[in-house]
Amino acid sequence: MSTQSETVKASPVRVVKAKQSLGGRIAAVVSGSALRVFLVVVGLFWLVPTLGLMIGSLRTSEDMSESGWWKVFSKPSQLTFENYSNLLKDETITDSILTSLAITVPATLLVVVIGSLAGYAFAWMEFPGRDWWFLGVVGLLVVPVQVALLPVAKLFGEIGIFESTTGVVLFHTAFGLPFAIFLLRNFFADIPRELLEAARLDGAGELRLFLRVVMPLGAPAIASLGIFQFLWVWNDMLIALIFADAGSPPITVALQQQVRFFGDNVQILAPGAFISMVIPLAVFFAFQRQFVSGVMAGAVK
Amino acid sequence: MTTPDAGGTAAVPPAKATPPPATSGPHRAGPRRSVTGTRKTIAALFLLPALVLLGALVLYPIGYSVGRSFFDTAGEFTGFDNYETMFSDDGIRTAIKNNAIWLVAAPALTTALGLIFAVLTERVRWSTAFKLIIFMPMVISMLAAGIIFRLVYESDPDRGVANAMLVGVHDTFAESSAFPQGHPGARSPLKGAGGGAFITKDPVRAGEPVALPLTGVPPDQMPGDATSAKPAAADPGKVTGTAWQDFTRGKGRGKLNAPDTAEFGYPGIKIEAVKGGDVVASTEAAADGTFSLPKEADGAQLRYPASNFREPYNGVDWLGPSLITPAIIGSYIWMWAGFAMVLIAAGLASVPRELLEAARVDGANEWQVFRRVTVPLLAPVLAVVVVTLMINVMKIFDLVFVIPPGSSKDEANVLAVQLYNSAFGDRDAGVASAIAVFLFLLVIPVMLFNMRRMRREGRR
Repeated sequence: MSTQSETVKASPVRVVKAKQSLGGRIAAVVSGSALRVFLVVVGLFWLVPTLGLMIGSLRTSEDMSESGWWKVFSKPSQLTFENYSNLLKDETITDSILTSLAITVPATLLVVVIGSLAGYAFAWMEFPGRDWWFLGVVGLLVVPVQVALLPVAKLFGEIGIFESTTGVVLFHTAFGLPFAIFLLRNFFADIPRELLEAARLDGAGELRLFLRVVMPLGAPAIASLGIFQFLWVWNDMLIALIFADAGSPPITVALQQQVRFFGDNVQILAPGAFISMVIPLAVFFAFQRQFVSGVMAGAVK
Repeated sequence: MTTPDAGGTAAVPPAKATPPPATSGPHRAGPRRSVTGTRKTIAALFLLPALVLLGALVLYPIGYSVGRSFFDTAGEFTGFDNYETMFSDDGIRTAIKNNAIWLVAAPALTTALGLIFAVLTERVRWSTAFKLIIFMPMVISMLAAGIIFRLVYESDPDRGVANAMLVGVHDTFAESSAFPQGHPGARSPLKGAGGGAFITKDPVRAGEPVALPLTGVPPDQMPGDATSAKPAAADPGKVTGTAWQDFTRGKGRGKLNAPDTAEFGYPGIKIEAVKGGDVVASTEAAADGTFSLPKEADGAQLRYPASNFREPYNGVDWLGPSLITPAIIGSYIWMWAGFAMVLIAAGLASVPRELLEAARVDGANEWQVFRRVTVPLLAPVLAVVVVTLMINVMKIFDLVFVIPPGSSKDEANVLAVQLYNSAFGDRDAGVASAIAVFLFLLVIPVMLFNMRRMRREGRR
């Protein structure tokens, strides 16, 4: 009996409070603080790799080759912004950030616009085989980009947009679309019919209905989608590696080219990687809720 | 990052996850009719951009890859030759083997960890902070994660934090040796005793101080409390002596086999007296290197056991050929455990409390409740997480491209990297297409599963 009640009390779910014995309460406190200690340790463990990069980016390469980044805890004077100021003087890095933006912003906008149009058509328009077409789009959700690398490279070569920002943007747009259409169609389909009918009675045409009613009501889903697509494109390396102009690559490719000389260039790699993380992290912290709901929408009930 | 859109099992409409302004209502029941009575041309206009892009950049390439996989580099039809190459070429076979390891290990471990985190944080008030920390790596690029882990896995424990931690843990539990590389010098009274131990050539006598000189311990690794070595005082009832570093900087200075003031003792070094193979007495030297053994040691040989000289533990060669794939999988788990945790936590929140409590009332302990009630109820969520991760892992590229140093790139190879190399390095479009088709075939079951699920949803 006592073990039983202890294990029950030890769980955070208090089943029957009145029955809690002194022993049970002590067990709950002990296991509760053990749990807390465990979670703090795991949390720190998870932070260590990122912390290492951040602190590493704030030390000179001489210090880095001599000792581990954790030495700053005993010698805080090692911290310096030297690497960052050198890096920001380096045009290949500053240009690569601009290239990343020049790829990411259009690729995100295009997916949102084209995906919304198609999502609306699938949700509220009647045309033959509508559900079959949509099923086809759902099928494309899991197509690996690898299948398209070589054929699209060839295709882009023929029409003269291989190794150009345009090509990268189009590729990302195409592979972002199945998820976009899937997400938005399902969201738009749940807009109450009465709202659309009311707007229709007010004399709104299809385009007006789309712009004035559907898009504003779909804002939460569009926000989730936009954030996802933005992060996906910003963080991509493979597609940019193949399709971007090698002369002015986005930040991921610029850094990847540095990885080859790993060891001699921590003073470039560490701050560079950290700068490349700043934008996704800012987006994540600013839009946590949309991000998490997007994750859910993409995978689970 | 490769967000779930790049391979999610987006099997279920998101309606419930992101509630629209007003759910409920009869409109959800039947098939939706157009409100506007749209003309087909307008529908076509709305769909056109999406269909053109999907057709040209997703569908057409699938067909092209399938076709191209039957032709060789020169464009000659070769049947299934490229597929045969794929399964016989050593590099590609390593890639297939590694992909199999990835597929088995990474999703299972990531999901298990996510499940543990989700269950443990369920009722902790500040769990949001914890979840944020675990989830954060998911939003950074795999390239940045690769650079991060390249630093983490550096083999020198003075630089790579993984080995620094291992060495720390190791040295807490196992005594580290204090005198690495110590060994007898020229004309030493000591000889090797096998296995790294050293023993005196002659038996020692009580009352005659013994010299046990060694050299070779790097000055920066000498124990900090070592002081000038002193000759031991003779004691008729005991075996006394000195254990020290018989080396003075500068050639020809210092007497050989006798302690000088410029030389340091070996504090704490172990000395055993051995008679006929048995240890009859043992001791440790003082800071000035002097030691004394009881009378039993009279007539024994003195031995430095090998444990004095073991090389210090330096951790594990994470980026070496044998550990590289597990090491990269480790970085993947670091990135994706948060994804599993968030989805499973959402699933947990929807497990009916009454069921758990009913089980507890029936006498189930916490483990049984978890094992027999929670996990079965979570099974659909767990399946979605595992399948999503599998699809994601199958085409893993960036981490494997970035983390391994040149020397272990071959051992780390996976299909997506091999495809990139075949297509854009070797310029062998046939083999590259065969690999692409192979990857595509692997996702087809999930594709059909998604479509079936969607059709069921459509009929509700």
